[in-house]
Amino acid sequence: MNLLKTGRWITGVGLALLAAVYVRAVAFTPVERMQGVAQKIFYLHVPAAIWTETGMVLVGIASIFFLFLKDPRLDRFAEACAEVGLVFGTIVLTTGPIWGKPIWGTWWTWDARLTLTLLLFLMYVGYLLLRGAVTDPGLRARYAAVLGISGMCLVPFVHLSVYMFRTLHPQPIVLKPSAPSLPGAMLATLAFSFLVFTILYVGFVTQRYALSLLREQADQHA
Amino acid sequence: MAEVWRHAWRLARKDLLVEFRSRTAIFSAVVFTVLVLLVFNFGRDPTAVAAVDLAPSILWVTFTFAAMLALNRAFQLELENQALEGLLLAPVSRSSIYLGKLIANLVFVATVETVGLPLFALFFNVPLLHVLGSLVAVIALATVGFVAVGTLFSAMTARTRFAELLLPVLLLPFMIPPLIWAVLATAALLAGRPLSEATGWLRLLAAFDIVFVTLAFVLFPATVNE
Repeated sequence: MNLLKTGRWITGVGLALLAAVYVRAVAFTPVERMQGVAQKIFYLHVPAAIWTETGMVLVGIASIFFLFLKDPRLDRFAEACAEVGLVFGTIVLTTGPIWGKPIWGTWWTWDARLTLTLLLFLMYVGYLLLRGAVTDPGLRARYAAVLGISGMCLVPFVHLSVYMFRTLHPQPIVLKPSAPSLPGAMLATLAFSFLVFTILYVGFVTQRYALSLLREQADQHA
Repeated sequence: MAEVWRHAWRLARKDLLVEFRSRTAIFSAVVFTVLVLLVFNFGRDPTAVAAVDLAPSILWVTFTFAAMLALNRAFQLELENQALEGLLLAPVSRSSIYLGKLIANLVFVATVETVGLPLFALFFNVPLLHVLGSLVAVIALATVGFVAVGTLFSAMTARTRFAELLLPVLLLPFMIPPLIWAVLATAALLAGRPLSEATGWLRLLAAFDIVFVTLAFVLFPATVNE
């Protein structure tokens, strides 16, 4: 029960800070010259995208360790990461088109990076569907681990195809070999937002983890 | 390792023999392929879109669907009379079970593709003979990749509810990268470009094959151990 409370607290703090991100992004960060106000969505879109992708890696790593150690905690962690990854993927796939319509003139394009995010989203959905389709808990954990590891291994391949296509999507401006080309104020907002999304990710995962633990205990009692 | 291959070959032989004796699955898959090609013909406006522009997509969508049918069957076969339990009790390693299933699936899918390719050339009036060698290489590389992943996944989905539906949902995201490269390579070949222009795609396909065959080989025991 304690874990659930901790998760709720972390999420609460994250949500409060998210409001602060909104305020800072809208009121205290300069408007981008070319894109205007639409660029503000960048502060939500990018951190969510980073966590969507990292989530898949976490699922994969937890799955590898699960197959070696057979520790049910790792399986619960992988499940929680996938559930939250799906939510963050949804955020990316909603904020992206909202930005794309005014800037690109289209809600969706089969740009490589968009395709990657959509594939990640569908992989999360598939992972959770597989979990739902297996009733035996031991079997479910092993199947999910196999799929999680495969999913993690697919990500670099999708990345490879991403960089081989001409792309409409803005290139990385912070995480690139040369120094970040983002003005200081914007970089600060982005960093702050990333921190808040990290807190939210941890908060959500903790809650989902605690819930699946409770569900398991309830199943054992029944 | 020689032992593993020997057992794998025996298993593949058993599957293929079962298939050859009844011939229902292979027959249905071939007819299915013909029908998909037929549907494609009516799914386009022949006056607006030239067949050669659509040809790579037609070929690969057809092969994708046909492969899916074949993969669903591989472990469904073992569910009858608990044949899978028998297989697991046999003194063969789990990895050779995977290899055997992989070989049988590859033969099955390759047969369907061997029938599908000439029909595709015939129906859509695509001249293939001058690029046949390279095209077969592209098809082989892509097929190995997605059949390897598909065999692993079908071992899991066969024992779930909605197996026929769950396999495509899990497998299609994994088929998309090899499919992208295969379509690009096929398009380059059909447009009469030299093979050297497609080598980049072929390398990616080969890398995908190596990674996923190895991965599936390593992960498969986790899907069947009790």
